Amino acid sequence: MKVPLLSAMVFWAFAILAMASAVFVAFSRNIVHAAFALLGCFFGVAGLYLFLSADFVGIIQVMVYVGGVLILFLFAVMLTGKIRNPEKSNPSRAIPGGLVTMLVTLGLFGYLAFTTPWQVLPTVPTGPTTSQIGDALLGPYILPFEVASVLLLAALLGGVLLAGGVRGRSRLTGNEQDEAPRDSGGNT
Amino acid sequence: MTITISHLLVVSIVLLASGLYCVITRKNAVALLMGIELILNAANLNLVAFSRFVTGDIDGQVFALFGILLAAAETVVALAIVLQVFRAFDTVDVDRTDKLRG
Repeated sequence: MKVPLLSAMVFWAFAILAMASAVFVAFSRNIVHAAFALLGCFFGVAGLYLFLSADFVGIIQVMVYVGGVLILFLFAVMLTGKIRNPEKSNPSRAIPGGLVTMLVTLGLFGYLAFTTPWQVLPTVPTGPTTSQIGDALLGPYILPFEVASVLLLAALLGGVLLAGGVRGRSRLTGNEQDEAPRDSGGNT
Repeated sequence: MTITISHLLVVSIVLLASGLYCVITRKNAVALLMGIELILNAANLNLVAFSRFVTGDIDGQVFALFGILLAAAETVVALAIVLQVFRAFDTVDVDRTDKLRG
């Protein structure tokens, strides 16, 4: 009886971390705080992956989201913010419509989640999954895997070209002198 | 108490609802993308939860991996576009970036 209690405690710790951070991201008026709350949400979801014995997905979640996506978000916040007044850096509009959508989503899907008779397995599988995922990626999922690598290359090039800006492109092509990107000098 | 799939679904529903609220109400384009990330996380969590509790095989986790990959690629391109929008309009307020030709 001790083990289910411990596992429930671990679950609720990560679940509450993820849910509280998500709600904070949704309602925070300070975009820097929202970006850091997103960190808590990603860590909570990674913990839930580990709880579900999806160890490889959990590690990938930490590496890709926390190590990559969140850093990108923080850079974007710092570069585009012009944060003079952090308290008002994350304005909202259409709050009643958003609240109605949120409550309807919570009610409807919550009702469905608890009333649907899910066909659950009698015993849940445990154990490491990395070798199974490797077999699946190089077996039945080989085509999506290769397409994903091409997509990543395209996203890499697209990100560099788009974020590199006009100046970088004119240096590459040597065309007419393009207008230099406006320096955002006011973001001190 | 034992954790069933409904508890996992509650977490992902809260993530989805927060993401939807974020996407609907935010004016800052970066905050809007944060809402999209929340929604994608909810979808991945559902995939992994169903792969453990319902199907018991590895397919859901592989799909979650592809979802994480797509989310990362989407974030890179979207944030680069947001950076270009900021250079062109000097703001990332999605209500004020309404000119195709400035």
